[in-house]
Formats: sequence, C-alpha cells, structure tokens
Amino acid sequence: MIDFAPLWLTVKLAFITTLILLFLTIPLCYWLAYSRFRFKAVLEALISLPLVLPPSVLGFYLLIAFSPENVFGKFLSDYFDLRLVFAFQGLILASVLYSLPFMVNPILSGLKNLPVSLQEASFTLGKSRFTTIMKIILPNIRPSLLTGIIMTFAHTVGEFGVVLMVGGSIPHETKVVSIAIYEEVESMNYDNANVYAGILFAFSFSILLTVHLINNKSRKTTLY
Amino acid sequence: MIHFKARKMLQTADGELPLDVSFSIEKGQFLAIYGNSGAGKTTLLRILAGLTEAEKTNIEVGNEIWDSSQNKIHLPVQKRSIGFVFQDYALFPNLTVKENLEFALQKGDDSKIIPELIELMELQSLQNSNPQNLSGGQKQRVALARAIVRKPKILLLDEPLSALDDEMRFKLQDYIFKIHQKYQLTTLMITHSIPEIFKLSNKVIVLDKGKILKEGTPGNVFSEEKISSKFKLTGEIISITKSDIVYVIQVLSGNNIIKVVATEDEIKDFKIGQKVLVASKAFNPIIQIIS
Repeated sequence: MIDFAPLWLTVKLAFITTLILLFLTIPLCYWLAYSRFRFKAVLEALISLPLVLPPSVLGFYLLIAFSPENVFGKFLSDYFDLRLVFAFQGLILASVLYSLPFMVNPILSGLKNLPVSLQEASFTLGKSRFTTIMKIILPNIRPSLLTGIIMTFAHTVGEFGVVLMVGGSIPHETKVVSIAIYEEVESMNYDNANVYAGILFAFSFSILLTVHLINNKSRKTTLY
Repeated sequence: MIHFKARKMLQTADGELPLDVSFSIEKGQFLAIYGNSGAGKTTLLRILAGLTEAEKTNIEVGNEIWDSSQNKIHLPVQKRSIGFVFQDYALFPNLTVKENLEFALQKGDDSKIIPELIELMELQSLQNSNPQNLSGGQKQRVALARAIVRKPKILLLDEPLSALDDEMRFKLQDYIFKIHQKYQLTTLMITHSIPEIFKLSNKVIVLDKGKILKEGTPGNVFSEEKISSKFKLTGEIISITKSDIVYVIQVLSGNNIIKVVATEDEIKDFKIGQKVLVASKAFNPIIQIIS
C-alpha cells in the first residue's frame, strides 16, 4: 500500500507557493512593466536566474543562508523562533524563489502587451491606480494570470533538487512526491515508485494540456 | 479661461527638442492644434491632462491651479476635470459598450447621463456589444461618449478622426460639435485636416518643432497669403464648346468642373485632355497650359 502523505504534502506546498507568488508578483510585475528604474535589467536577470541555475545550486545557497550558524538563519531563529532548514516553511520560501520566474514571466509579458492607453484612459476617468489594476488591467490579462498560476503550481510539484537540499526527506514535513519516488527506487520498491510516477506524469500532462487550451482560446478572442 | 504654459525636453528621432508653449483659451472655445508629426501636439495635450509631467509649467483652469512648477503643484490626472479621447480609442476590452460608459461614473453621480449619451451618440443597438467587434467610427463614438460621462470642463481629442474615411469623418465632426455645444465644453483637438479646423474650431494654434508658429482664428491663420492676390488650381480640359462668339472650356479639378471663357484666338492651343493651370486674379481668370 502506498503512502498518500507525500502527495498531499506536494499539493499543499504547490498551493501555498502559488498563492504567495500570485500576490507578490502582481505588484512586482506592475512595477517592472511601468517604472523606469535604472537597474531593472539586473533585477529581471535575477528573477529569471532559477530558470537556468541547477536547483542544487539554489538549494545549496539557501541551506547555507537558513543555517542557524549563519547571520540570516540566526536572526530568524533568535527573533522569530523560526528554523527553515529541514522544515516545511523553508520549503515554501525555497519554492517561492525557485518558481518566481514561472509566475513573473507570463504576467509581465501580459502587462507589456497591454496598451498603456487603457490604464491612462482609466486615470482620466477619475479612477485610482488600485481600481484600475483590479477592474481593467487584471481582467484584461486573465490568460497570462492563468498561465502563471498553472505553470507555478506544476513547476512546484516537479521540484526535486531544491527540496532535497533544503528539506531533506522528513515524512509529513518535507517528503514530497518527487523525493518519495527517489527513495522508493533506492529501496527497490518499483511498484510504489511506478504509482507515484504515473500520478505525476498524468498530472503534468493534463496541466500542460490546460495551458495550451487556454492559450488557443485566448488567441481566438484577441484584445485588439 | 485656461492659461497654459509649459516647457519640456522632447525626445524625438532627430534628437532633443524643447517644447515651449504658452497660450490661453476662453471657456467654451473650440481650439484646434495643427502641425507636423513630432511637433509636440500630443505632449501638449498630455501635459494639460496631467498624463505627462513637464519641467516648467503653469496651468490654470478657471480659478484652479492644475500645474505650477514654481509652487510645486501637480494635480493628479484623476482630479482634473477632463475628458480624453485617445488616438487608439482605449476602450476597455473586458467591458461592453454600456459598461465602458458606466465605468466612468463617479460615486454619487446621476446615472441618467448614460442613456442620454447612448441616445445622443446613437449607440442603442451597440450597447451590449464588445468593443473589439465595433468598426473604427463606432469605437470613436463610444470613446467620445465615455469621455463625457464625468461632465468634464475640458474635452481633449488626440487626432480622433485620422483613421476614418471621409464619410465617417464628416459624421463624427457633427457628433463632436453637438457634444461640444450641448455640454458647454472647452475643447482642444489635434487635427491634420484644414477643412475640419474651419468647420469646428474658432481658434487654432500651429505648432512647429515645439513652438507656436501662428495663433488666431482659422481664417486669419490659413488664408492670409492666399486671399491677397490670386488662387491657382490645376486640372484637365474635359470639353471645349462654342457658345455664341466665345468658347467655354470645362476643366476638371479634383471633383469640381470649372467653366472658363476663352476667345477663338486663345482656344487654338487647347486640346481636350491637356493638363492646365487655372488662376484667378481678382475676378479675371487666366488660363494657361502647364504640360
């Protein structure tokens, strides 16, 4: 009988990561799209870094940073009683950083494709920036938002390297499906590994299918 | 009364160009802004609207100060009583025509203005359509109606009719004029069309490389050289007929047929199909061959 805890933990991690990233990314992307900031290119490169960096590199640096023996980890442990190494909270923070480009890129390109005049028209009609974002900008980049949400969720589900470095494999705490598969194979339980792998395979495929269906549909009803 | 004064460096394809403009308009006037592209026309409207900030400004509307670089006043766009019609219409694609208008309502506004504007701009049959399904002229009417919902003091039109064919243009000019009068607006419109300026505006400023070149009534600005001595038209001879002792030559110029009287001596050189120049000095037309 397989253990469903890793599946549940994976879904929980992906859900929380996506939610945090969604709220974090909208203001970040708005700022990136419309402000003129000298070091914007540097910041954009930093955000995209997890796309090319081996997950183990990111995981390694996070492990060092989170360690209570170092400044950041000590600060968290002393002032907030928070230990991020080998803990679910640590996984969330690591996942947020690791999946950041998957949320930022679609939303940013959606914003950049939206004519600036829409926003300006809303301002001339007496609407605040917040109302403009909620009522005009976000509804008009809905396909980009959906793509960002789905890709972030799927990408977090597929994490392995970062989780292994930062979280290890503690049941109910940091042992997600991808880690579980690895352990089942290591201990020659191919049947269990097969079930986990099959579930992830089916899940990933249906996610990508959804993204493509959404994109095709939105292409048919282009804005202009 | 609107007093406008602004100075700003413009980034153009030919390098930096200082925009330095100062003018006044009476309440209720219709001002046309005319000039080559890159002269700073759109920037001028955007500074007045508060969408673009200038280095040195002084904008007074009635007894309100909208912009004053000296006193560090910059009234945000939202607080300025303006209606702005963008060149690309800027209709919200996620809202229907009616919802686009309703979006412009402020808290506590009387929503009766929506059906009133829908009727005035003849949008009844389109009110539940999405903007992306409308033609250029229809979009323009919606954009115009939406700009009026707040009952602004000033209406700003950024080349609203440039993308439309002639028939649509004439119709929309009428709509613009109707709205200008009914809501007692002060209107500023950027346009490239001189007939449009004569039809709609009672004041015009000609902008060139960031400076005001000429300013005045359309008649003063556009006809001072031409009215003095003569007019010239080019055309093609389409017929030469004898009438009593003189000949009548019909010349097609554009869509107009001009009849010119000529003597038997003069007629010898003319043939049907020839390109000619028709010029008139006072009331004495002269006709000569140009090719």
